[in-house]
Amino acid sequence: MSTVLEQPRLVIHGRKVVGGIAEGEALVTQETISGWGGIDSATGTVIESRHALKGVSFAGKILIFPGAKGSSGWSNAFHLARLRGTAPRAMIFTVMTTKIALGAVVMRIPTVTDCDVDPLDAVRTGDWVRVDGDNGTISIWDRKP
Amino acid sequence: MVALTAQEQAMLGGESGAAVAKAMDLLVRYADALGAERFVETNNIAGVPGSSPQWVKDHYAADGGDYRAVFSRYDLDSDEAVDVPRMNAFSCHLQGGMDPELWREQGMSEAAHANFASDSAEVEAHGIQLLKTCTPYLAGNMPVMGEHCAWMESSAVVFANSVVGARTNCEGRESTSAAMLAKRIPDWGFHRDDFRKGQHSLSVDVPVDSIFEWGMLGYFVGDAVQDTIPVITGSVSDANLIRHKHFGAAAASSGGVEMYHMVGITPEAPSVEAAFGGAPKGERFVYDAAARRRIYDSLNSVGNSTDVDYVMLGCPHASIEQVAEIAALIEGRKVHVNSALWVFTSRAVKIAADANGYTRILRDAGGYLMTDTCSAISQAVPKGTKVAALDSAKQVHYLPAMMGIEGWYGTTAECIDAACTSKWQGRLA
Repeated sequence: MSTVLEQPRLVIHGRKVVGGIAEGEALVTQETISGWGGIDSATGTVIESRHALKGVSFAGKILIFPGAKGSSGWSNAFHLARLRGTAPRAMIFTVMTTKIALGAVVMRIPTVTDCDVDPLDAVRTGDWVRVDGDNGTISIWDRKP
Repeated sequence: MVALTAQEQAMLGGESGAAVAKAMDLLVRYADALGAERFVETNNIAGVPGSSPQWVKDHYAADGGDYRAVFSRYDLDSDEAVDVPRMNAFSCHLQGGMDPELWREQGMSEAAHANFASDSAEVEAHGIQLLKTCTPYLAGNMPVMGEHCAWMESSAVVFANSVVGARTNCEGRESTSAAMLAKRIPDWGFHRDDFRKGQHSLSVDVPVDSIFEWGMLGYFVGDAVQDTIPVITGSVSDANLIRHKHFGAAAASSGGVEMYHMVGITPEAPSVEAAFGGAPKGERFVYDAAARRRIYDSLNSVGNSTDVDYVMLGCPHASIEQVAEIAALIEGRKVHVNSALWVFTSRAVKIAADANGYTRILRDAGGYLMTDTCSAISQAVPKGTKVAALDSAKQVHYLPAMMGIEGWYGTTAECIDAACTSKWQGRLA
């Protein structure tokens, strides 16, 4: 194990939505995600027809996306994912709604919004991302350091 | 950080009991997540408090695995189970998982029904109204202009904001359950004047005058403006509650619209200027004959076979006027042997339908009038269903994708014809 920590490619700053610290592999989409009717909570998979992530699982990933859309059952669908152990590990989003705010709270995962750099441009799927919700700091590496 | 009044601070500190304290704790976390600066008081809540499938109860087996455990640990997101008293606010239960009487016909198991009945008894015992509908405004909960509400159900939210001028965000299960105890919801979004102004213009250039046409326009509007607020002008006519219900449900499904202004029709839009309220007038969209054709084709793109084996009406739940229309259309006819007809409504409307003989007319024709749920919510369709006919843009948006079936969109009359002939013959006039 290296004793010298590799510097992140980029550090961006935003606002805390939910505190805590988590890191993992990024899953980035330019599309909003539906909860009820849009995901399978049992597997943490996007099921919406024609969605860029259809069939892709967000379980254990750092989910980076514009935010929530669709039914008022959004928080419920993602809360059930938490119970199933298929929730994302952290979230970064760009458009605030009641759906995503409540969903982030009840999933109890570090979540950041209002970033100084657009995370949808700055982060690629597969990057390694560390989200410090309390400080609103997001660190990005090309791969796990 | 959200600022608390002395009373809210006391509730958070436990002076109103453990459950209220847990509710305030969740609401404070939610308000901080939103960036809200204060709460508004509300005494009109609609959600799905404490109802859960058996596996969720089993998940909280260590806490008793019962309604108390689910309401505490899941609805209030509490780390411990606490005693849950009667709700403090006027609280309503929205749609649920099955018809309380026709659940066998819906294919539900004895065990699922026993769980449903147990949850219903708990909801009643906690002082929550068993409206069991996506249309609380047709079943005893019609808010008034300016009233702060905390509602779930996107089609009800868009109705309350747009048609009534009441104020609610699209709340979720946990925030509504907490609000039932704390009578508070974050002062954010549609509770605030500046959030309710129009953002984009939308001009209607073809006549929109029936449920069918209002539904298609709604689907177009949501697709065009996504989750922003449109200001709609032009040839929209014959406004009534049912047309608004179908329009809003469609716009909320295709795009997430939570409020719309129709100039001269909805209460916060006496004029274009008032609807925008000084806000910039964003983009301009036009609904013309070509757009209408495109929306019709889009709604029917999941239809291939014309052999219809299921007709579902009542999304959002049918009003008594709609049930009467359906009864008039089918009286003296029979549902085809290869087809089925399920019509969904609220318990309140069903009582009126029973009294007027509509339930019997439907039954004599071979159809059912069902309450509490719909095929999308319950994921229940007649056994072997492959092709459904629907008069709701919202339902054709959701049901075929959820159930892996084909779907057609048309008028109520075309759907009744399909139920009686097992053939889809809908077309765009």
